[in-house]
This record gives sequence, structure tokens and C-alpha cells, in this order.
Amino acid sequence: MSNDAGPIIEIRDLRKIYRLGKVDVPALRGVNLDVPSGEFLSIVGPSGSGKSTLFHIIGGLTPPTSGQVKVGGQDLASMTDAGRTRLRKRTVGFVFQKYNLLPNLTAGDNIAVARFLGGNNGRPDAQFAEVLRLLGIEGRLDHKPNSLSGGEQQRVAIARAIVNRPAILLADEPTGNLDTENSQAVLDILRDLNQRTGQTILMITHNPEAAAYGHRTVQMRDGRIVERG
Amino acid sequence: MTGKLVLENLKHRPMRSLLSILLIGVPVTLILTLVGMTQGILDDSRNRQRGVGADVVIKASESKSVVTFSAASIPAALVARVEQEPHVSLAMGVINQSIDLPLMITGIDEARFKRMTGGFTFDAGGPFQGPDDIIVDRYYANQHHLSVGQKIKLMNHDWRVAGIVEPGKLTRLAVPLATIQELNAATGKIGQIYLKVDNPSHIDAVVRELQAMLPGYGVFSMAEAMAMYSVENIPAIQEFTVVVVIIGVVIGIAVVALSMYMAVMQRTREIGILKALGASNAFILRVILLEALLIGLGGTILGIVFSFGAQWLIATLVPASIQMAIVYAWWPRTAVIILTAAALGALYPGLSAARHDAIEALAYE
Repeated sequence: MSNDAGPIIEIRDLRKIYRLGKVDVPALRGVNLDVPSGEFLSIVGPSGSGKSTLFHIIGGLTPPTSGQVKVGGQDLASMTDAGRTRLRKRTVGFVFQKYNLLPNLTAGDNIAVARFLGGNNGRPDAQFAEVLRLLGIEGRLDHKPNSLSGGEQQRVAIARAIVNRPAILLADEPTGNLDTENSQAVLDILRDLNQRTGQTILMITHNPEAAAYGHRTVQMRDGRIVERG
Repeated sequence: MTGKLVLENLKHRPMRSLLSILLIGVPVTLILTLVGMTQGILDDSRNRQRGVGADVVIKASESKSVVTFSAASIPAALVARVEQEPHVSLAMGVINQSIDLPLMITGIDEARFKRMTGGFTFDAGGPFQGPDDIIVDRYYANQHHLSVGQKIKLMNHDWRVAGIVEPGKLTRLAVPLATIQELNAATGKIGQIYLKVDNPSHIDAVVRELQAMLPGYGVFSMAEAMAMYSVENIPAIQEFTVVVVIIGVVIGIAVVALSMYMAVMQRTREIGILKALGASNAFILRVILLEALLIGLGGTILGIVFSFGAQWLIATLVPASIQMAIVYAWWPRTAVIILTAAALGALYPGLSAARHDAIEALAYE
């Protein structure tokens, strides 16, 4: 892990309030967090603790209500919708619990569409071909998601998330839908990716064994970080 | 990549895509069939007029309409009079009686008709044998399953089919001039006069002479008369075409709007995924619009194919009553009309998709 350039994620007093009908629901109540570049950080906590909201804000899917969030030096609090779209194109990559592959495209096209949206129209470089080999999906790229196993789908999702070389990979319960063997494989891939390429990874998980793959773990409860380890 | 995404979207729900294309094809067929029928009927009428072999035509009015044939209001004696004019070698008076638009029954003087046109070419039967005889062309005989000697009732009068002839000379249904004059209480009257001029170079001079001699009448060279067979000279047809086009546009908008709205609903999660991957609102809108345009294009092509089917059906079932041409010039026009409708129809679903909240869309089951 390298943190010479300072934290790639800086969060100060982050608050997020959702409005449900006429009721304000606070999802984050003053989160402070620094993530150095190259760190593999696990975030754990019960449902409703604000983990996913934190991810959504860091990933530019929703703006913060107040506080400061800097991702790769960009202040998300003052960012427009178009700015957050650019952030999702180039700076962050998502891996979801339910894989979220586009069902009508092949695995290869799922990766290609992410590459296209990231502004890269040429063929992926040799290093990415090596990543595909490491992920064990180089022979499955012509298949549609419904003919891939859960583990294969998640590995395709990881490939899709990193194809544009994002600064940060956000993995939201990446093993939540997988059996033990596939979970192990996906976690190994994430750790390997972090170690080989210095990829910054934030991973939400309920599973303590999975959390142990990270360099450190933060625990969230009721919209706050309550423990750092 | 955008094109591939759009194509795969269409392929992913083939039944929805095919039904949408089919429904778009209906108004395309409607427009092309209407335009084709208008043109077909005009072409057929023009060809039959040309088949007369006349050089000049005299009508009871100066109207250039080709649908409202004038009543039998020209004195039959005028035929002999104009025949005396310099350079006029033959004159033939006829009466056109509408029986079922655009179908006409025509009263002819068979002897003069033969001199003017060279006479009918008979498939079966022969010339009039009596005053109640009728000569029908092959299309009419086929459509009504007629044979020589058979009786038919037209204009509340019983006729005997004397002959079945090749189409292309003046009329589909020819009867003796005297009989139709009597039936119309128009004895001594005719509706139009066709003239043959001794030399084509004298046609203009003859027309000018007759125009001066017959004020209030319509005197036209056959070239002018042929030019009258255009859509502009059929009352209300342009307005009717506009109405049909508007109906086509409305159907197109409704079909595409419904189809794309369903597609957006079904793909809410996929829209969320695309947004998470960095797709902009404009990209989402572009995908939806492109998909709608492809459906519109597919519907246009299908409609064109269907218009050939409509032409075949018309030619098979009612060859005498209606003719339909394939009007190629209307293919691109119809495509533009339908693609515009498709784009308009896709606008609301597209904007709705573009405005989807990414987090809500990702949570959509």
C-alpha cells in the first residue's frame, strides 16, 4: 500500500438526509474518513448503518447533503450532475452484490460498454488481457450473463469495473450472492488486484472473514463510523 | 458500441420489437396504399384516354378536374359542326356516366369509335348486336366473373354482355350512345367530344380556333388533357392524404411511445447500471431515440413490403374498380414522416429514462 500522495478519499463531517414523503431520514450523521491511495478498506456494519449511502456518495451516484467529500482531489459537494457522471466514468468503478451485468449483452460486451462509456474505444491493452486471464473469464467473454455462474458473473463485473483503470474500486457486498468457494475466489481476486496494481478498494461486507482481506476495517452504525481497526 | 447496445436491446425482447414494427407498418401501408391508389387510378385513366388516339378533347366546362365528368350537356349536333372545321379529320361524341367512382360507363358511337381508336380488341364476343348490349374490358369481366351473353344490371337497366375486350381504350364499360342518351333523358346531348386532327402540327391551331368558337367550353389538346391527370386535379384528395398522414403520425407516436415506455420500465435496472458505469443523461436518451428510430425504420420497410401485398390484393380482387401504383417517391417521404413520429413518440420515455435516479434504478426489481 502506498500513501505518499495523501489520501485519495477525504471525508469530513459527511451528512446525508433522504426525504421520504414529509419525513427526513438521516442516513449519514457526520462521517469522517481518510483512505490512502492503494488501500484495501473493508467497511462493515448492520443494515441501515449507512454503508451503501457512503458508497453511493463516494461513487457519485448521489450528492451529499452537507460536509466535504474529496475523491481524487475532486470535491463532490460542489460537483454538478455532469461532474458526477464524469467521476463515474473515470475515477470509480462499481462491483455490486447482484453483479448487475446488462443481461442482453455478452460478458465481453458488458466490459466493452464500460470501456466505451469511459471514453476508450480501442481494444483493451495486453495488461487488461492478463487481468481477464487472472480472473479466469477470458474463455467466457462470448457468453451472456444468464449462461454464466454467479462467480463468473461477479468476475466479469470486476473486470468491467476496472477496465477503465479507475482510481477507486467500490465493491458493495461482492460475495453476498456467492457460495463459499466462489466468495473465496472473488476475495482472492480483489486482494490480488490490490497487491499487483495498487488498486484502491473499498469493500462493504457483512462477513468478518471477508472483511479480514482488507488492510483495515471500519465499522459503521447509525450513520457514523464507530470503530476503526 | 451504442449501435450494438440498441440492437441487442431490440433482440432481447423480440416479440415487443416485432409487434412495434408491425404496428408502425400499418400506417405506412395505409399512407402508401392511399397514395398508390390515387396514382394508380390516375395512371389508368390517363392511359385509357391516351388509348382513344384523339388529338383534341372538348368538354362542357373549362374545369380541369378529372373526376367530375361533365353531364351530357353538349348538343350532339356540335360533333358534325366541329368536324367541318379545317384540319379536323374526325369527331366523336361520348357520354360518361359514373356508376361507382372511379368506374364509368361510356356511351359510344361504335362506328366513329372504331375509326378514332382502331376499335376494340376482343378477347371474346364481338361488337354491339343491339341497343342493350354492353362491351366490358377484361378487368371488369374478371372482377365480376362475366362471360359473353351474360346479363348484368347497371344504371337500373339490363344489359347483355356482347364482348369482352382488352383494357386500355377510353372505358371499361361501353354501351351504345343512343341507349345511354335515352336512359339519361339526354337525347341529342353528349358529354365530351374527341377530335382527330389531320396533322399533329395543326393541333394548337385547331385548339385555338375551337376555343374562340366555343366560349365557355373546355377545349384542350390531348397533351393538356393528359397533364390534367394529376393529384392536384382530384378534388379533396390532397386534403384526404394529409388526414391519412396525420393519422399515421398519431399512430406512430402512440405505438412508439407505448413501446418505449414499456421498454424503459422493463429496463429500469439496466438504466441504473449504465448510469453507474458513467452513462450521461444524453447517452441514455440517445439509446432510447435510436431504438425508436430503428423500430420506425423497420416499420417503414415492413409497410413498403405490405404495400406490395396491398397492390397484389387490389389487382386480384378489384382490378376494374381500383388500380394501385407503387409510388417510389413516397418511400422516403413516408420514412421521414414515420421516423419523425417515432422520435416524437420516444421523447417522453427517453427523457423519463434519462432522468431516472441511478440508485432507485439499481434497486429496481
